[in-house]
Amino acid sequence: MAVTDVPRIVTARLGHDDSHTLERYLATGGYEGLRKALTMTPEAVAAEVDAASLLGRGGAGFPAGRKWSMLRKDPVTYLVVNGDESEPATFKDHLLVERDPHQLIEGVLITAYALGVTQAFIYVRGEFALGLERVTQALNEAYDHGAVGTDIFGSGFSIDVVVHPGAGAYICGEETALLESLEGKRGFPRIKPPYFPAAVGLYGQPTVVNNVETMSNIPWILLHGGQAFAGLGEGRSAGTRLFALSGHVRRPGAYEVEMVKTTFRDLVYAPVYGGGVRGDGKVKAIIPGGVSAPWFGPDQLDLPLGQDEVGNAGSMLGSGAITVMDSSTCMVRAAWRITKFFARESCGQCTPCREGSGWLERVLRRIEQGEGREEDIDLLLDVSDNIAPGLQWPPQQTTICVLGPSIPSSIHSAIDMFRDEFLLHVKEGRCPGG
Amino acid sequence: MTHFDAETAARARELVKLYPEPRSALIPLCHLAQEQDGWLRPEAMEEIAALLGITPAEVRGTATFYDMLHTEPVGRYLVSVCTNIACLLGGAEGLLEHAERTLGVRAGGTTSDGMITLEDAECLAGCDRTPCVTVNHRYVGGLSPHAFDQLVADLRAGRRDGEIPPHGTLVRVRRNGGLRVDKERIAAERAATADAQAARARAAKEAAEAQGGAAEAKGGAA
Repeated sequence: MAVTDVPRIVTARLGHDDSHTLERYLATGGYEGLRKALTMTPEAVAAEVDAASLLGRGGAGFPAGRKWSMLRKDPVTYLVVNGDESEPATFKDHLLVERDPHQLIEGVLITAYALGVTQAFIYVRGEFALGLERVTQALNEAYDHGAVGTDIFGSGFSIDVVVHPGAGAYICGEETALLESLEGKRGFPRIKPPYFPAAVGLYGQPTVVNNVETMSNIPWILLHGGQAFAGLGEGRSAGTRLFALSGHVRRPGAYEVEMVKTTFRDLVYAPVYGGGVRGDGKVKAIIPGGVSAPWFGPDQLDLPLGQDEVGNAGSMLGSGAITVMDSSTCMVRAAWRITKFFARESCGQCTPCREGSGWLERVLRRIEQGEGREEDIDLLLDVSDNIAPGLQWPPQQTTICVLGPSIPSSIHSAIDMFRDEFLLHVKEGRCPGG
Repeated sequence: MTHFDAETAARARELVKLYPEPRSALIPLCHLAQEQDGWLRPEAMEEIAALLGITPAEVRGTATFYDMLHTEPVGRYLVSVCTNIACLLGGAEGLLEHAERTLGVRAGGTTSDGMITLEDAECLAGCDRTPCVTVNHRYVGGLSPHAFDQLVADLRAGRRDGEIPPHGTLVRVRRNGGLRVDKERIAAERAATADAQAARARAAKEAAEAQGGAAEAKGGAA
């Protein structure tokens, strides 16, 4: 089992019960990365992050350094942190927000300095009530400590940070929807182009939107250098990543592992991670990157946890959520529940997504309830094809954002891998699992 | 208008000042209204609209998009049972059925004593302890049916009140003060942006006129 002994980067403090306090943070090297950054030029700070080859940890995996370099020059620019973690089975940002809010804030401050933004916002999912309390408390402490506000640590650099609560909408994790939401509107994703908020973002101004885990890596990168970070992992996937492991494993939890050097099998079976399938059962399928990702079978467990490795195998690491389904799982029911989620959360702007998700949910429900017809299976694929033509990976898009084309992932996977289960539901007129 | 009490109104004005544009405070103000009233009353939406310089319809139209903003009354405790994929694998459907049966309401409903609203929730990002349950957005862990019954008994008896505030009170920690960065500096940055935008617009207009003029000249020659 490959459990590498690389340093923990974003979870170093989580062994302490008081990991969220300023006291603990300062006792464990807190705000040293910011102090170091303030002795450097903003350009040198950005270069350090670029050298780290840090890929965004939100879902799309876009290089953070490149995102920063795309920020259009303008007197007024913004930094917005995406803490609206809502991809089903993802709970790693939740952990970082609740358990190490100062690390997040320090990352925000270093980034704000590197980019020279006018103001920074941390958008936290509304359901994270404790997380919102912890970040607000940490921000108050950081202001009192002189780490935020005017003339930070006597450097002359000044920035204000505002914690902004969401109010319950999956779609607000999409960065342009998040900006709409932050502007006090419905979370409708914006029409592209412009593709990047770095050109047109919050209030139309150039804006960098970065994920919580991405930001939480920044203090370590500043302290230890971009090269040290790039030296971990392999290829395009540098550093460590925090994976949320759930489903039928003995020890579900969030585990920080070195990218590429660790495999799905390691994460599921190593005693320090998942500890194996519960009840000594067998893996029937895994969802490798949140419910928007196509599934893998047990034959793909030896794939390394790397962005390109998983991408080339036809899926994605996505939001870092890995869900294990054992042999007792009804795959029709699993696909139905995921599709019900998308049907509920579709924002309704685009017809293929709004209508398609509802049709797919209803057809899956009737199959699961034993009222399906044999031709329903191809009907599911046909409707899916209308949302994401060709059902290829990465998907073709017919909609404003990627929510729509994500809907077919689980349906296509389930039918592809377990068509006989769908047929059995139809023939027996009931769910064979009961 | 005086629907907000004095303290709520003062906090609302402070929140608005945190943002470059007032409307950005819409969601925070809706949470604030729910903290005062337990839900989003029409009077509160009118007051929010006045504070933000928009119409009450715009406030309602935005609020209804978000699951956590309730334009109808909610029980003192909002009990959310996640049934999404990780919780489904952890037995959430059984727990939700148990909850519906013992509380005597379907998901979405409120008990007749107004104490508990039961909700069939989407993923709450607590997938390591399934089935995940929250009360007023506070995590109470993965629950067995028996533990659920105990939770309900404790809630009804007020035994969890210190830990779980009434519905609407989302964040008990207040921001300590407003923005600190010099307002004049920000104003200067904004003015510079406006100037740059105006210059771009002027240049674009001149270019268009020059092109139009050229086209005219060309047309004249033909």
